Amino acid sequence: MATVTREQVVPPPDAAAMRPARSLWKDAWYTFTRDRLAVFGLMVLVFIVLAVLIGPYIWPQKIGDIDFSRALEGPSLEHPFGTDDLGRDLLARALYGGRVSIAVGVVAVFIAITLGTLIGAFAGYFGKLDNPLMRLTDLFLSLPVLPLLLVLIYLFRESLQRAMGPVVGIFVMVVAVIGILNWMPTARLVRASFLSLKQKEFVEAARCVGAKDRRIIFRHIMPNVLSPVLVAATIGVGGAILTESTLSFLGLGFPPDTPTWGRLLFDSQNYIDIAPHWPIFPGLCIFIVVLSINFIGDGLRDALDPRRKI
Amino acid sequence: MGRYVARRLLIAIPTLLAISFVMYAILALAPIDPLSQFGADPRVPPEVREHIRQALGLDQPWPIRYVKWVTAFVRGDFGVSFMSHASVGDLIWQRLPNTLAVVGVAYIVGVLIAIPAGLISSVRRNSPVDHTISLFAYAGFSVPTFFTGILLIIIFSIKLRWLPFIYDSNLKITDLGSLVEQFRQSVMPIAVLGLFDAAILTRYIRAEMLEHLPLDYVRTARSKGLLERAVVIRHVLRNSLIPVVTLIALGVPAVFGGAIVTEQVFHVPGIGELLVTSIGTGDTPVIASVVMIFAVLVVLFNLIADVLYAVLDPRIKYA
Amino acid sequence: MGAIAMLVAACGQSQGPSASASTGASASATPAARGAGGDLKILYWQAPTILNPHQATGTKDNDASRLVIEPLAAFDNDGNAVAVLAQEVPTVANGGVTADFKQVTWKLKQNVKWSDGTPFTASDVEFTYKYICDPKTAASTADRCEGVDSVTAKDPNTVVVKYKDTNPFFYQVGVGFSNGILQQAQYKNCVGDAAKNCPADLKPIGTGPYMVKDFKPGDTVLYDMNPNYRDANKPFFKSVTFKGGGDAAASARAVCQTGDTDYGWNLQVEATVLKPMAAAADSKCTLLTNYGSSVERILLNFSNPDPSLGDNRGEPSTKHPFLSDIHVRRALAMATDRNAVAVQLYGDGLAGKATCNILTAPAPMVSKATDSLDVCKFDKAAAEKELQDNGWVKGSDGVRAKNGVRLELSYRTTVNAVRQKTQDIMKANWESIGFKVNLLSVPASTFFTNTSPDGANHFWTDVEMYTNSGDPDPTSYFLSGWTCNQIAQKSNNWQLGNYARYCNQAFDDVVAQLKKETDQNKRNQLAQQANDILVKDVAIIPLISRVAPTASGVSKSLKGIKVSVWDSEMWNIADWSK
Repeated sequence: MATVTREQVVPPPDAAAMRPARSLWKDAWYTFTRDRLAVFGLMVLVFIVLAVLIGPYIWPQKIGDIDFSRALEGPSLEHPFGTDDLGRDLLARALYGGRVSIAVGVVAVFIAITLGTLIGAFAGYFGKLDNPLMRLTDLFLSLPVLPLLLVLIYLFRESLQRAMGPVVGIFVMVVAVIGILNWMPTARLVRASFLSLKQKEFVEAARCVGAKDRRIIFRHIMPNVLSPVLVAATIGVGGAILTESTLSFLGLGFPPDTPTWGRLLFDSQNYIDIAPHWPIFPGLCIFIVVLSINFIGDGLRDALDPRRKI
Repeated sequence: MGRYVARRLLIAIPTLLAISFVMYAILALAPIDPLSQFGADPRVPPEVREHIRQALGLDQPWPIRYVKWVTAFVRGDFGVSFMSHASVGDLIWQRLPNTLAVVGVAYIVGVLIAIPAGLISSVRRNSPVDHTISLFAYAGFSVPTFFTGILLIIIFSIKLRWLPFIYDSNLKITDLGSLVEQFRQSVMPIAVLGLFDAAILTRYIRAEMLEHLPLDYVRTARSKGLLERAVVIRHVLRNSLIPVVTLIALGVPAVFGGAIVTEQVFHVPGIGELLVTSIGTGDTPVIASVVMIFAVLVVLFNLIADVLYAVLDPRIKYA
Repeated sequence: MGAIAMLVAACGQSQGPSASASTGASASATPAARGAGGDLKILYWQAPTILNPHQATGTKDNDASRLVIEPLAAFDNDGNAVAVLAQEVPTVANGGVTADFKQVTWKLKQNVKWSDGTPFTASDVEFTYKYICDPKTAASTADRCEGVDSVTAKDPNTVVVKYKDTNPFFYQVGVGFSNGILQQAQYKNCVGDAAKNCPADLKPIGTGPYMVKDFKPGDTVLYDMNPNYRDANKPFFKSVTFKGGGDAAASARAVCQTGDTDYGWNLQVEATVLKPMAAAADSKCTLLTNYGSSVERILLNFSNPDPSLGDNRGEPSTKHPFLSDIHVRRALAMATDRNAVAVQLYGDGLAGKATCNILTAPAPMVSKATDSLDVCKFDKAAAEKELQDNGWVKGSDGVRAKNGVRLELSYRTTVNAVRQKTQDIMKANWESIGFKVNLLSVPASTFFTNTSPDGANHFWTDVEMYTNSGDPDPTSYFLSGWTCNQIAQKSNNWQLGNYARYCNQAFDDVVAQLKKETDQNKRNQLAQQANDILVKDVAIIPLISRVAPTASGVSKSLKGIKVSVWDSEMWNIADWSK
């Protein structure tokens, strides 16, 4: 009762918080644009995304064109990334496969991080939820990944594909599977930070002025937890891109002729000494995407750091 | 704290039982089958396959198999491998030393590199040192271990002929010579894994340090005239350790689980290799035992992490 | 994660055992002092897990056990039996085999000892078959007992094998890797239910040139030479290290580039990788290339795998919407560029060569008629004409259709670099004549099982691809693979071998004759006839005759190796030297 009256009597906290919040975003964007590395990362990422979206329509070579007479050729004007052992153009394949790789990397990590952050936050903040949620985390950490994947796909593949069509169905399945299998470290990290932060003075203060739990979690504590979450996200992207190709090795992912970056890299492993151009370009693609996402992530972290404005 | 630990240990029992049940159900439902080893070979006709299935007990419904397995497991009997007819306990025991010698050592190396690297990287933020360390870290986790592994083999085993790439699990360390030999055969896998672990940990430590460096208590400590080194190590590092402890606690069970790719690339007969081969051959007794030991370690180390949180930050209280 | 993929990929390369087969001469090697050589290093990328050949689950186990456990006779490369524990190989001519092919008398070598010094006798042989033939033992070699009436020790040096019916393959009992003789004293408590928990399986006592010193299942076997081996000058090597693990590419590097190992098993890597390695000036290896009955083939589904059929999916009662049309099958066969696959992926004879036969060994049984068949020639124009003439017309999307049935097919195989590239080549060609091809790949452990809907047995796709091989006697190969009452379906839990649900009375008749015929010339003709029916009817598309038993690489300094496509590649390891 008392709380209710107090909130009614003292509306300012909410309204007051809203105004700075709006300027916080503007502020953040300003800080972000001042970070040269972050802006550079964003530009590179945008360029790569555009390239894989538009590239396959512009680049004349097709991904499935086999030409044995030109197998394993190094980079040339006609084949800037060289060719594979069937004489297929690796640039065309990298452009085409990049769509899947980037989409899977970003979406899967988004799922994993969101899930992990929410579970970790609730477990850390609400003492009652801590045990059940963390035991669930233990369960997921312990389960054998490979058989779990086989079962998940075996159970859901057909229905998903029927419901969403073959391509979207596989995509949804792949990102869901990678997301579901990778949220646990984030959850444990976020929970640990919450355990520590929720005892701090600023949380006490927020509580005293009547902020609700949801508000405390997302407005007050979360910005302080962002750092490890962003690191987890940026590390996760590279991992997800590689994991995607693993799934197709298990017969669970995209068809074997989808030349995703991870797949190109795996396919080239026996050719590292005879045709180094083959692994290098897809490897570089992954590296550059990871790098630019890291720069963006660092920029974001600084931009959103609540203490920056003190 | 003592009561909390006791309660957690008590909860661990139903947790592990639940894990074992879910895990066994997954193994039963997954399309893995020990008889797939025979392929389409007409020399192993259907009747023979059926007899083998019966001999392995696979004709029984899986809940019954689960109850049998779990009661034996609790008594310390890990069962007998479908493929080798050897005791699963023996198989794990044979491989544990290899896993510890490679994956375990690599993990320690990784942590030992990551802590100073993360520290320097954060204290000297945006300096050339920071950029170099960061670049290595990015490369470390965007290049898969199979790739670095093969690359090292090509350079050091094939071109230079310095190091062997086929791990000899029968090597016994008796004198200096065999110690050198052990070093030679494990240095490449340790490097591959250690650098991978270090790359990831470095990023976390750096990020966490950066969170704490600008805080008031650091300023206070500095203003008291403490040496920068003391400030960083005694105050900032200690407070930045919570996520690091979390990650290390997650990492230790993973050491037991082995490093599948690296073990495969360097022919190290470790537990990761055992697990993956067993999944490929549908060797349920082996998979179930390895996974359960892994689960016990996960539960245990997460508990240890929780206890350590309270040590590092006395304000943390558990409900 | 990535590791998993590699492992799965590696597993995908074993599609089932290879060889076994017929009768012959003897092998002799250069005389050398016993144990004069040092340690022989053998590397298998699949590690042996058990050393009892009757509980073996793969070639790796058969081969690792062969250093210790021997059969009465081995098969040489021509399919001839070579005496091992037998004094001589029984034949009709020497009176060892009765004229009705029902009874075989084996005379055993005198004074053969087990490695523990006790004498080897006929009762060990009798015991071994008692062990194998007890269904509760669940021996993976139990097919040796099919149609066997009795195996008895007549006296300490004589064993009599009686078959219930005329058996043209009268070496079924006694010859080849499925017939290793176990020591009765060691195994007497391991028969039946006790077989699955038998410590002897990890350290069997044998009569072979080596004995097990230490065995870590799934990792390494260490052998010492057998001091009681019957040939005083053999074996040459003092010890053997049989290491397992890694993948085929690493094995190739170890035997060809660094020389870390003397023998690298089954170097099944892309020819573009293997060829330069083996051909390099400083290469330390030669490759073993023998051709047996291993054929990489494409199966065409005769039933309808459409999931909307529910329980009737893929049942023999259904008919495939377009593959039941012989013209469509012929078009697929004519658009199959097996030469490109052979040259580009199998190194043109390095690991395999193009074939249009489904039976590629033994030589007298191989058909020569198929070379001239139109379905065996790569001719895309003819394929397009075949489709066009029979009403399959291209739509706006370039895919042919007839009465609303589109030529869109799904094509599954195991995860394996060479297979995925074969799929890519097939897809390019088939799509160019108006098919739409969707590729699928699954790990071998999911593919080769009757329990998985993604498996070869269920065959819930339109086309699938794998390798299979047969005995020197092809009867069971033909019988299980393509006859009407061997159709894999729900009611038999997809256990039977006719995955394609092919059914053709003319073919069944030929196989029935083959089963009874005892005249070798007529048998050869019948086998060729059976092969030709399948190829002409495009019941199957044979692609590559693969090197058998496996494309292994051996150190150039290693001498005395004689590979037999019908037996374990370790069959004459007693004769190896450096």
